[in-house]
Amino acid sequence: MKRAVCFIRAGSSETEFIMSESLRFHFDVNGQSFTSAGQASVQVKKNLRELGIPAEAIRRVSIAMYEGEINMVIHAHGGEADVIVYEDRIVIILNDHGPGIPNIELAMKEGYSTAPDNIRSLGFGAGMGLPNMKRYTDDMKIETELGKGTCITMTVKF
Amino acid sequence: MTVKQLSEQSGFSAVCLPEPDREISGGYCGDLLSWVMGRAKADQAWITIMTNMNIAAVATLCDVSAIILSEGVQPDDGVKEAAEARGINIISTELPTFEAAKQLARLI
Repeated sequence: MKRAVCFIRAGSSETEFIMSESLRFHFDVNGQSFTSAGQASVQVKKNLRELGIPAEAIRRVSIAMYEGEINMVIHAHGGEADVIVYEDRIVIILNDHGPGIPNIELAMKEGYSTAPDNIRSLGFGAGMGLPNMKRYTDDMKIETELGKGTCITMTVKF
Repeated sequence: MTVKQLSEQSGFSAVCLPEPDREISGGYCGDLLSWVMGRAKADQAWITIMTNMNIAAVATLCDVSAIILSEGVQPDDGVKEAAEARGINIISTELPTFEAAKQLARLI
């Protein structure tokens, strides 16, 4: 298939537009700064609005992605986030090289958290991250390997 | 009621109002950011005592019409600037959260 690709750089984000296929946004999530977490989600929200994606889908994507960003900063020293926009769905891929998740079933339970106290004092670390990501997406897949990292793929249909 | 009108009410004051004409459709109280993010609705005013930078991101993602900082808390350094840049209105009040919510409910 013939493809036309162009890259638009804006800050830490990168947009790859592949005509006739999909639209992809790529972000590097800075693991050093907890206070700057959310930059990628806010940018994605803005981009999706400009594309005319339905508001509820944007909300679900933004929330799921923000939770993922926060998790990457708290647990994995940052990582990478990709958002791919298709005609009828949005796919979010979060990839980190952190410690991995020892027990996914436990991590998916609301209220279970391994976040340190300083994170809790900022209003996070209440064990809502992964459950929220599952709640606000139509499909969520977690691939994790101890000592290697975690890749979470989420889909929001609209 | 607009955000500006609320900021002019007794007991409330403006911290920053980049979008003063936004209407307030209701309110949401909460300090647990993940919880708020999943439940606060667009155009509501969000009453909280959290003051760190992440409130600007959460407010943006939820599209709330304003953050109301209750109990006399003040935003951390840089929050006001981030809110200005993102079009997030911030109002402060000395009122406890419950009283602030009561006032808001009475006014809107």
